[in-house]
Amino acid sequence: MTKTVTDVICPFCGTLCDDLEVVVSDDGKQLLEVYNACVIGTEKFLHSQSKDRVTRPRLHQTDGTWKEVSYDDAVEYTAQLLAKAKKPLMYGWSSTNCEAQSVGNEIAEISRACCDNTAAVCHGTTLIAVQDIGIPSCTLGEIKNRADRIIFWGCNPAHAHPRHMSRYSIFPRGFFTGKGQMSRKMVVVDPRVTDTAKMADVHLQIEQGRDYELLNALRVALNNEWLPDVVAGIPKEKIREVADMMKSGRFGIIFFGMGVTQSLSKNHNIDEAIALTKHLNEFTKFSIMPMRGHYNVTGSGEVFAWQFGFPYSVDLTRGFARYNPGDTSSIDLLVRGEIDAMFTIGSDPGAHFPISAVKQIAKVPSVCIDPHLTPTSGVSKLHVPVAFNGVETGGNCYRMDNVPIDCRKVVEPPEGMLTDEQFLTKVRDRLKQLKGVA
Amino acid sequence: MSEYVIKNGHVFDPVQGIKGDKSDVCIKDGKIVAKAGSGAKVIDAQGKTVMAGAVEVHAHIAGPKVNLGRIYRPEDKLFTCTPTRGMERMGGGNSIPTTFKTGYEYAKMGYTTAMEAAMPPLFSRHVHEEIRDTPIIDEGAFPVFGNNWFVMEYLKNREIENTAAYCAWLLRATKGFAIKVVNPGGTEAWAWGLNCLSVNDPVPYFDITPAEIVKGLIEANEYLGLPHSMHIHPNNLGNPGNYTTTLDTLKIAEGFKAKNTFGREQVMHLTHTQFHSYGGDNWGNFESKAKEVMNYVNAHKNLTVDTGNVTLDETTTMTADGPFEHHLTELNHLKWANCDVELETCAGIVPYIYSPSISVCAIQWAIGLELALMAKDPMRCFITTDHPNAGPFTRYPRVIKWLMSAKARETQINAFKHKDKVLSQTSIGTQDREISLYELAQMTRAGPAKSLGLMNICGGLKPGMDADIAVYNFNPDTPVANPEDIEKAFTRAAVVFKSGVEVVRDGEIVSNGHKRTLWVNAKVKENPQVMRDINEKFLKYYSITQANYEALGHHFVPNPYALEVDATQA
Repeated sequence: MTKTVTDVICPFCGTLCDDLEVVVSDDGKQLLEVYNACVIGTEKFLHSQSKDRVTRPRLHQTDGTWKEVSYDDAVEYTAQLLAKAKKPLMYGWSSTNCEAQSVGNEIAEISRACCDNTAAVCHGTTLIAVQDIGIPSCTLGEIKNRADRIIFWGCNPAHAHPRHMSRYSIFPRGFFTGKGQMSRKMVVVDPRVTDTAKMADVHLQIEQGRDYELLNALRVALNNEWLPDVVAGIPKEKIREVADMMKSGRFGIIFFGMGVTQSLSKNHNIDEAIALTKHLNEFTKFSIMPMRGHYNVTGSGEVFAWQFGFPYSVDLTRGFARYNPGDTSSIDLLVRGEIDAMFTIGSDPGAHFPISAVKQIAKVPSVCIDPHLTPTSGVSKLHVPVAFNGVETGGNCYRMDNVPIDCRKVVEPPEGMLTDEQFLTKVRDRLKQLKGVA
Repeated sequence: MSEYVIKNGHVFDPVQGIKGDKSDVCIKDGKIVAKAGSGAKVIDAQGKTVMAGAVEVHAHIAGPKVNLGRIYRPEDKLFTCTPTRGMERMGGGNSIPTTFKTGYEYAKMGYTTAMEAAMPPLFSRHVHEEIRDTPIIDEGAFPVFGNNWFVMEYLKNREIENTAAYCAWLLRATKGFAIKVVNPGGTEAWAWGLNCLSVNDPVPYFDITPAEIVKGLIEANEYLGLPHSMHIHPNNLGNPGNYTTTLDTLKIAEGFKAKNTFGREQVMHLTHTQFHSYGGDNWGNFESKAKEVMNYVNAHKNLTVDTGNVTLDETTTMTADGPFEHHLTELNHLKWANCDVELETCAGIVPYIYSPSISVCAIQWAIGLELALMAKDPMRCFITTDHPNAGPFTRYPRVIKWLMSAKARETQINAFKHKDKVLSQTSIGTQDREISLYELAQMTRAGPAKSLGLMNICGGLKPGMDADIAVYNFNPDTPVANPEDIEKAFTRAAVVFKSGVEVVRDGEIVSNGHKRTLWVNAKVKENPQVMRDINEKFLKYYSITQANYEALGHHFVPNPYALEVDATQA
């Protein structure tokens, strides 16, 4: 006999789908099938069942081999590393739950660490823009129920957030959008002809790196003022057409991704996109939303903010929280060689940071807490595999629109494995002993 | 648990009618008792003021909009960050402090209970995570109902029983405390960029008026017999001439009587009244209508109000009144954040600087004080700053100074750039009342506790109540030489007890206490229709499933304290 667990939350992307069904064996130890998820989500669940999974912490030996150690040894190594370091960096947090993030923040406070999440290489620029100009936004259900103008700017949900369009933005029939995609106009702004762009009513195939100009031109078009013949590779007639389309909607939304946040102009692009959204609210109702990547990067920003006051790149080395991206952000700290210990959890800087930063990780004492084998675990001195959050343990996570959803545990982790929270709690308690704090 | 006796203090307790007499307050097992054992630890309160722990009736201190405020205002942290110290975690922020700092600051001022005034139900799990991380003080949170699709659909057909059943379900699902209404209908209209500025403006599509929503929710509240009354932020906030909308809203409560077992007497709580007591028809002839509003409130015993005092600071406004925040950003051109929440509500945030050099801000300051000074019954008028909207809660001691000292008010009036305008547009110059310590205890302790339905638990020093006690370095026998001494005394209490645990000593945190989450568990008759409607809305319109909606488990509400309500016989 098997059991079916319903209303399961998918711990992959910021879409945080919560309607999955997972079939598990009667003893709750094996995960057999996954329904309703996209291919990536399905793979994430099934991956936890792989036979060659690492289930115990391992220390990198000088000859390049790995030696299995106990969790207690791993706790001791991690606590010692943090206790001895003058300026440890605790990076990641985006693929774990808020409970673990909370314990991690306690550890950071005791060890006076720099704490950062993956927004540093992702939507951190968005956060800077929001700090400049604010953000008119909404929850994804509002899009489903009301939106008739959908703009995807520099993002490709067909591949990166596969169920986004079917659950929230393009296809669903909501309260005021009874005709589903027939009641919506879809605009995609992307230099490439992506699978998302192929679905659009209008695809603005913008010149790479010219987002700011086009956003600004749309604002000019809203005011019916003079435009050059071509802006960012788009003819002015097309720009006016899209501006009119945006204005004439009842409820519109701009979704944007890495294509604007990490290309030329970075946060200034987002400043202008938000200014355009605010401007559109003089004509109709418009919102804007970042397409957050990791399933709980949003939650990490939330927990940092309510505990330390800032959403990412927080420096606690002086004993209180400071925030100055560019100075206190991970890559900059690493490249400047200021970090004397590296602690990574729930993310993979080894695969995403510039090589100069990754080399620094390899130079200092380091620990990587991750259920997977990753480039980061490869360069770290200690790799601590843990239970899959959202599969083998529950915990709260925040969707890209900041809606919190409590993840579910569907199967037991392999025997003797700890969760992120359990491991961090042991590290915290040991660190308190080492530092002599109550 | 240890026993204590607080000896020889000047006790002010409206619950027992004690007006500054020297007496002892005894604590045993977390409660106030008539007599302590001989081994009780003695705390000398000679020459000091002893009151119950204060009760915050309305503040925005936890949840999605508060945290968005923290995220988007790094400048609010400038020069405010505090290090880890003894029992204290790191903190930071002025108008929107971090959760730890929020708990410590309230406790240090002698506040032991606080209500988060607007919880978007879809985000209840976020609100509770922050409440969990706010140490010491007991907290409850009010879910917002005034623009909820279920409520509007039921009330359009005058289905009070169904509305009540839905309210009870939502309070349970979100671990909420009371029925909050913000700009009824107007926030739903804002989803289309519109607003409802009077109680009779129809809500787009839903074809119901704000007046009908307000009336229906009062009826549902009394049908259930909840501890607190319907708690309202009316339409037309912040606009010149809005006092007529306020009076129209208050009149809806006429004829209703409170039905409950918690000792509550009002059927409507009007919040941040200052923002709703404006005359004039533009910012040039903007004037106070505090008298008109307060006269009405004074004459109607089924109402309670709080003030919403402007503290003349730079702050961060945040409210579920989405259209108002858009209006405000058009006015001051500072950064605007907004979040529409499916089927339920919305929130907006805009920083604001209440400058003493701007006549409108100075007049707002005067109106807030007028309201408190004109209140005939201090048991029905409470001091708030609608934190952080009219000012940060950490300014309560300053507001208390202004209320207790005409001299302090005069000093401030003389410092205004447009002093003459303040005097001509308000009556603040002619108010010579000075709030007494007993009245202060009514306005910050016994009054709000009674209004919230907590009169048997907190807000007083009667034996059997929770031992929430604040001792201030303020000697009522000595005349106040300098009004600044009042502010100083109420900024840092000498000693604070929360549920019998000494949490503050000499203005410093000495324990993180055992904070509780207060919520209301209202039992109603089985209602298959409402359950079917809930099920349908989740299947069709919500973006999360019904099974993932509830705030469940230890992580969200680690130490719950449920007030039980039985409405099955209603």
